[in-house]
Amino acid sequence: MRVSRARWLVRELGPPLVGIAGAVVVWAVLAATTSIPSPATVWTAFVEGMRDGTLPEAATKTLIRLAFSFVVAVVIGTSLGLLLAVNEFARRSIRPLVVALQITPFVAWVPLAVIWFGTSERAVVFVAIVGSFPAMTLATLQAVRQVPPLFERTGRTMGARGWQLYRKVILPAALPGVMAGLQQAWGFAWKALMAGELIVAAAHAGLGHLLDPRGGVAIPTVFAALGVILVIGVAVDYLLFGQLDRRIRRRRGLIVDA
Amino acid sequence: MAETIQALASQPPAPAEPKLAVRDLVVTRRTASGEVVTATDRLTFEVAAGEFVCLLGPSASGKTLLLNVLAGLETATSGDALLDGRPITGPGPDRAVLFQEPSLFPWLSVRGNVELALELIGVPADQRGPRAHRWLTNVHLERWADAQPHELSAGMRQRAALARALAADPDVLLGDEPFGALDAQARELLQREVQRVWLESDGRKTFLFVTHNVREAALLSDRVLVMSAAPGRLLEEFRIHAPRPRSLDDVLVARVVTEIHDLLMQEVDASVAREMAR
Repeated sequence: MRVSRARWLVRELGPPLVGIAGAVVVWAVLAATTSIPSPATVWTAFVEGMRDGTLPEAATKTLIRLAFSFVVAVVIGTSLGLLLAVNEFARRSIRPLVVALQITPFVAWVPLAVIWFGTSERAVVFVAIVGSFPAMTLATLQAVRQVPPLFERTGRTMGARGWQLYRKVILPAALPGVMAGLQQAWGFAWKALMAGELIVAAAHAGLGHLLDPRGGVAIPTVFAALGVILVIGVAVDYLLFGQLDRRIRRRRGLIVDA
Repeated sequence: MAETIQALASQPPAPAEPKLAVRDLVVTRRTASGEVVTATDRLTFEVAAGEFVCLLGPSASGKTLLLNVLAGLETATSGDALLDGRPITGPGPDRAVLFQEPSLFPWLSVRGNVELALELIGVPADQRGPRAHRWLTNVHLERWADAQPHELSAGMRQRAALARALAADPDVLLGDEPFGALDAQARELLQREVQRVWLESDGRKTFLFVTHNVREAALLSDRVLVMSAAPGRLLEEFRIHAPRPRSLDDVLVARVVTEIHDLLMQEVDASVAREMAR
């Protein structure tokens, strides 16, 4: 059992570790030939940032903003997606607007957010919400619309109707698609938040703020912050959403694994 | 033959209030190419309470559409579809449906599927477990209660669907070729289960199954309604008096199979000739 677990770890983590090692080698070569800081310098900056609290503090601030924006975006996105799925008039009138929002680069909202909310926390959160809820809406809409008609018919012959039919049959059937939407919305929220923090929040330190050398942040620290952003992004995507998605699919027999 | 198989004309009329009644029913359907096709044409028949009836016909004779009208999932173009003398306006748990494809919900366990059926008819939470267990035991799936549907074989899934359909204690069980997608062995096993369940209901449940399998119809039903090729009309009715539980080796069953089979072959030939003449 222990042996097979070790083997599993090697099989699971081996390829990504090779990829990361390769990237670090390329980085080291680039650092030797250009002006970007070397992996070692950035590591020192990272350790220093952790020790003096700059990085944990910024990361905490950012993650709180992220959690708030994500929850709001998911609530707005799923409810609106559900409304669009249920009501044809709403779908035909509102869906184009949501698609328009979805394809608008979220950076475009930053100036507007600053005009409305000033260079405040609220402006950053606004950008993150507007940048992510359309993806959630469209994914929910699509997930509900793709529920096999057989499930709906079965549910109706079993006596489910109205909201009960949605709660007991259609929404559970749509869950894998909604999960995909969560993962996508999280990605958008994360990117939009970084853009927002980078541009807006000079006075409201977050990880995005540490990316801006004009604010007096040392270049190696910028890279250390970039590293933290990458790690958080991958960890949440892979460990949280990836595993949740796998669990749901496995339970339904949508993944067959040895 | 006369005492075993008789045309319905010589039978006394069905009891005053049929469980299901179809009167002059016309169902039309729009095909993908936009053409309007008449699926059933002024179809009239009745199913008495407690009866087991099979609707038999060549493929595309509108059987499935007819069944969906009775289930309340489709609406007729004209004519009446009645349950206990009242027009059918929508689906309801008083008419359970067994579909051809496995329709168990994949996010629920086998037990969860049966319990949901009970929940939807308002059975209190503390009674759902025991009742679900009873029905799963009835179809010999008690050991699979906690499995997910995808872990079951096709035949077991259909048995679970049967348990789920019957758990809500419907008056009527409608089957849309429920054994159509099964292999021969699973099919035979399930036919036996359905026979048994219907017998055990002791006249309280009405079964109406659509099939294109003559042997299945002869094996299961009190009465076989043979439909024509599209547009579906009623061609003939066969009443089968063979004792239950039946087997296909039964002489009476074998005889009625031959007779229905000959009629169907004639109908298929005739429909081909009609097509050619157009």
